[in-house]
Amino acid sequence: MADLDPIAAPVESAAADEDIIMVRDLNKWFGQFHVLKSLNLNVKKGERIVICGPSGSGKSTFIRCINHLEAHQRGEIIVDGVVLNEDLKNIEAIRREVGMVFQHFNLFPHLSVLENCLLAPIWVRKTPRKEAIEIAMEYLERVKIPEQAHKYPGQLSGGQQQRVAIARSLCMKPKIMLFDEPTSALDPEMIKEVLDVMVELASSGMTMLCVTHEMGFAKTVADRVIFMDGGECVEEGPPSTFFSNPQQQRTREFLDQILQH
Amino acid sequence: MAVHQPLPDLPPPPSERGIWGWFRQNLFSTWYNTIASLVVGYLLITWLAPIVNWALISAVWTGDNTDDCRPGAACWIFVQQRLGFFLYGFYPADLRWRPNIVFVLFLITVIPQFFSGAPGRKWLALFGITGLPVLAFILIKGGYFGLDPVATSRWGGLMLTLILAYVGIIAALPIGVLLALGRRSEMPVIRGICVTFIEFWRAVPLITILFMASVMLPLFLPQGVTFDKLLRALIGITLFQSAYMAEVVRGGLQAIPKGQYEAAQALGFGYWRSMRLIILPQALKIVIPGIANTVISLFKDTTLVLIIGLFDLLGAVRSTLSDPAWRSVAAEGYLFVALCFWIFCFGMSRYSQNLEKKLDTGHKT
Repeated sequence: MADLDPIAAPVESAAADEDIIMVRDLNKWFGQFHVLKSLNLNVKKGERIVICGPSGSGKSTFIRCINHLEAHQRGEIIVDGVVLNEDLKNIEAIRREVGMVFQHFNLFPHLSVLENCLLAPIWVRKTPRKEAIEIAMEYLERVKIPEQAHKYPGQLSGGQQQRVAIARSLCMKPKIMLFDEPTSALDPEMIKEVLDVMVELASSGMTMLCVTHEMGFAKTVADRVIFMDGGECVEEGPPSTFFSNPQQQRTREFLDQILQH
Repeated sequence: MAVHQPLPDLPPPPSERGIWGWFRQNLFSTWYNTIASLVVGYLLITWLAPIVNWALISAVWTGDNTDDCRPGAACWIFVQQRLGFFLYGFYPADLRWRPNIVFVLFLITVIPQFFSGAPGRKWLALFGITGLPVLAFILIKGGYFGLDPVATSRWGGLMLTLILAYVGIIAALPIGVLLALGRRSEMPVIRGICVTFIEFWRAVPLITILFMASVMLPLFLPQGVTFDKLLRALIGITLFQSAYMAEVVRGGLQAIPKGQYEAAQALGFGYWRSMRLIILPQALKIVIPGIANTVISLFKDTTLVLIIGLFDLLGAVRSTLSDPAWRSVAAEGYLFVALCFWIFCFGMSRYSQNLEKKLDTGHKT
């Protein structure tokens, strides 16, 4: 991983002190299996959080609870002042404000890149088409693929597809972005182009929750790193102390495993 | 530092190119393929030649009755003599301009659908599934705007076949889609209703349904309430085929990766919008071959209305053949029916292949 200079935290504004995400005592079961055990998390506006951990530790399930792709059974999640419960109105209100990027991109293969970026702003946000196109082109520019706008996802490389997926989410002008292992399905040559886009996004002050194994990215960008194992939050801290001086034995073992290479 | 030079592209060897290359590759690549090709070629010529001779070359095309026919040659006179009956059934001859107008409108809507560059193609399609059936009903049935009413019992021939098939197709597809969505619903009551409906209609032969619609239904209706036999047949065919359609569409829905549903949800789409804009366009595209299959079989199944006394194209030809004057041309009669059906079914098949090609966006998940 290339060493990148740490990015300065965004300028603190009056609103930056508010917690945009509040998670209290979050518990979730898949059948008998207790996946998430009493998780607590407060995220401030503009904070960048990296969640790591071994596979099966519940990290993906955790961030998928935040936009209710997974339902939780106990505890409380408040996103941008809206309580997440079974009320469809609340769920859709939260989803409008929370963008998500998936491991397998999940672009809509029957639509061109541009149409992928237009669909939600036009139908969900009711943005006029002309304005939506302007916004979409602006974000495609930002992820550096405006020239691919009229191609179909199937004609793009994995890295390009993931950048389109990021642009598609940004077109909804979300307040929070969730990343669920955005680089895990990519070839090594393409990981960097996606991480570059994410670093750029981080420096623009976006609130980000990112499940990833890219520790270089975590060191450069994260305000906090959370290490999960067995559905619990084992350790949490700023990257400076998290990587150099982990407090828990389990964290140390994990870091030894993934930093070997 | 050494600079890697990629090798240039060369043209393929001559044996891979041109007509001769094709023949060599596909027909004469080995000695046993050569023998097989020659044998098949010989059989084709010895079998096909007499059939072509009988049906086309020495066939009789014009005349007044079977006396003009020759033995050993096809006799197409009856088609010419009875064409009006084959096309319209007992529809009054002086009113046939009405179905003719509908048929012309039908061609105007359908033909452009084969050419992707045709102007106003989408509007024509929309007209085809909304305006055209209404207009057709008014024109063919009559009774409105001073048009003489024509009872549905007098409708027949190819006209009836096309009406049954067309209405069946444009009604069965949306009902099938709704049933498929219902069967995958998370709401147990809706799922239960859809499963029951599909399993009931799919498990009963169409003939039974038509019999029940024409014979049994009137017994259960209160005295004095009648509704049209043709309408009953239409409803029977539509519901029967929609059950098949539902299962075809469900196959497509299951082929869509979970990630597509999740991406739609994560962007804030509700159920109906994500289905309409994201899931169904992909699912229906995948099952175009299955839909074409169902549509073609629906088209051919319309011939079963014969058993409840409606004279569709096959029924009209059959009733002609039972006339002693035309008894000797049975083979030609069925061949004629087969050819008519083949033209329409082949058209539908080509259209579905066109559609598949056009909607292919090169994505393979």
